[in-house]
Amino acid sequence: MREVLVGWGGRSPARSSVCVPQSEDDVARAVASGDAMIARGLGRSYGDAAQLSAGVVLSNRGLSSIGPVVDGVVTVGAGTSIDELVKSTLPQGWFVPVTPGTRQVTIGGAVAADVHGKNHHVDGSFATHVRSMRLVTPEGTLQLSPSNEPELFWATMGAMGLTGVVSSVELNLTRVETNQMVVDTERHNGLESVMTEMRLRDGDYRYSVAWVDCMTTGRAKGRSVLTRARHATSLDVNDARLDPPTSARVAIPFRAPSHLLNTWSVRAFNELWYRRAPRRESAALVPLGTFFHPLDGVSDWNLLYGKRGFVQYQFCVPDEHGAAVAEVVERLTRAKVTSFLGVLKRFGPANPAPLSFPLKGWTLALDLPLGAARLPRLLDELDAVVIAAKGRVYLAKDSRLAPEHVAEMYPRLDEFLKAKARVDPKNQFTSDLALRLALAGR
Amino acid sequence: MENAFGEPQNVVVLGGTSDIARAILQRLCAARTRSVVLCGRDATRLLDAGADATAHGATSVTSVLFNAEEPHNAAATVREAFEKMHGHVDLVIVAIGALGEQRRDEDDGDAVERLITVNFTWPGAALAEVRRLLVAQGSGRVLVISSIAAVRTRRSGYLYASAKAGLDNMCLGLADSLRGTGVTLQILRPGVVRTRMSRGLPERPFTTDAGDVAEYVMRALATDDLIIWSPPILRYVAFAIRQLPRAFWRRLDDALER
Repeated sequence: MREVLVGWGGRSPARSSVCVPQSEDDVARAVASGDAMIARGLGRSYGDAAQLSAGVVLSNRGLSSIGPVVDGVVTVGAGTSIDELVKSTLPQGWFVPVTPGTRQVTIGGAVAADVHGKNHHVDGSFATHVRSMRLVTPEGTLQLSPSNEPELFWATMGAMGLTGVVSSVELNLTRVETNQMVVDTERHNGLESVMTEMRLRDGDYRYSVAWVDCMTTGRAKGRSVLTRARHATSLDVNDARLDPPTSARVAIPFRAPSHLLNTWSVRAFNELWYRRAPRRESAALVPLGTFFHPLDGVSDWNLLYGKRGFVQYQFCVPDEHGAAVAEVVERLTRAKVTSFLGVLKRFGPANPAPLSFPLKGWTLALDLPLGAARLPRLLDELDAVVIAAKGRVYLAKDSRLAPEHVAEMYPRLDEFLKAKARVDPKNQFTSDLALRLALAGR
Repeated sequence: MENAFGEPQNVVVLGGTSDIARAILQRLCAARTRSVVLCGRDATRLLDAGADATAHGATSVTSVLFNAEEPHNAAATVREAFEKMHGHVDLVIVAIGALGEQRRDEDDGDAVERLITVNFTWPGAALAEVRRLLVAQGSGRVLVISSIAAVRTRRSGYLYASAKAGLDNMCLGLADSLRGTGVTLQILRPGVVRTRMSRGLPERPFTTDAGDVAEYVMRALATDDLIIWSPPILRYVAFAIRQLPRAFWRRLDDALER
């Protein structure tokens, strides 16, 4: 069926032929057609990663099976969402080892973006917990693991679907005793203070994230709310329950006017967010869904950005260049662009995947509504800061990077291209993102 | 492919020597544009425009020659331009037009035919082919340079204005026809712009330079607005112009021409 698709940011529409294979054999047949294609999950990539102008888009949502949990390992269809998986396994005391800020991503998408969560500094990214996976390529269907076909296994992690279609994943789960989190919160009146605290004591917590205000100037510049947590055990709660988080209760019914989110309203929101947080609070019990996925309470929240849409800028820099984080916040604040609370996190060591985003150090993610004329060039300047700091931007969030910067940010790009050439010599797997960044021609 | 700000990598310009098109192209090349196909009548001036694009960051510039007085060539010209791009065409700029000279041309059937052909028939025919090719691509953007004159024709320039009004109206329908195709069309309606084409015209209120127009266009690529006014205040001026009683509008025009 022909359909116009966009990413979560709502920009750069593309019409593609969408089909929904119901089995791995269906996928293999579609791939055998030789048509240019890309797989798509729930469309949470912000840019053009899961669409292909005038090409075939294979929705993985037909591949949604959840096997039994055996010794903490589950085999799931790639089209299963983390939401569906958690609803199925949490009542048995198993949680996903890594979750991004939304449960509305598929397992295939989690592999394609090699997603990370608030526990990256302890547990690594999604790839770390994948025991094996099945990948349908133009050269056949392969079973990949860190020991079997390791090159292709790692080349697929974070490669935005460009090596083939993941059909199923064998995943390690995390044991939990309750559906609650024990959360410590503290406010910091500046970036330096919060970064020092995170550097010194993040290791004591499994989960940690800071929200940074990138709009306020003056003495409160870079003020932040730091929340850190661990899973509550049965000793922490009176009544240990394992009910899964509920689905979105509120939906945004239509696109908001484009000017709803302006400098003033976003500034007010940031202010409210900061004031609402306790100055210092320890060991608060918070439901798992509220802690991990605060935005999942509202479905289609991206419509709040209106017709104009938005971009997200997420970058990471290694520890020794941590000053780049302050530099970026400084430039954003000075340019007075509207930006929602930035999400600041520490990353643990990188994994062997050439296109995986995280590297040991810091990451900051910013939501920026479109509109300001200076935004495009400002982000180009931030790219230069990030490159000088030996960092990179996250391809799953990208919708505007210039192609010449990809190799600078991902110096092992060649390893990925070599692995791709082996299973997809004709570049059958491509996407608007791959074309824009010259990752795979057509 | 274009980025989230609507900044293209590959651009085809129909009317590549237009001052407004050149100003837009300079800024596009300074952003993400690397491949350009320029179509125009004057080979020397196309080369000049190409050098300009290269100086601003384009790495591949080719050109296609055509004559806008021959509308039967329009579709072939567009096809040739797309073929020379060797890849996805992200943006097509339609910047063809001639002002003519109202008093000289208004009693001359041949001159009127030429004026309508250059301003409406050729670009209209070209847009049909652009539409077909972009829809087949599944994504792309068209920027058509219309004019504030298209809003309401007036005594002192009704030939040019009516031809532009024809094109402008066609584009309104065309834009609607593109819903659900992944292709976006935007209509640029500038006021008087200081260019080669408008040389010798009296300065009207809200007259701008081509560079200003280009800045408004760059901003509008990110918003997908159907109508791009340059300067933006013309949106309200146009609204007022449409409401004026006919006699008043005629007298205003007389006064401005005097």
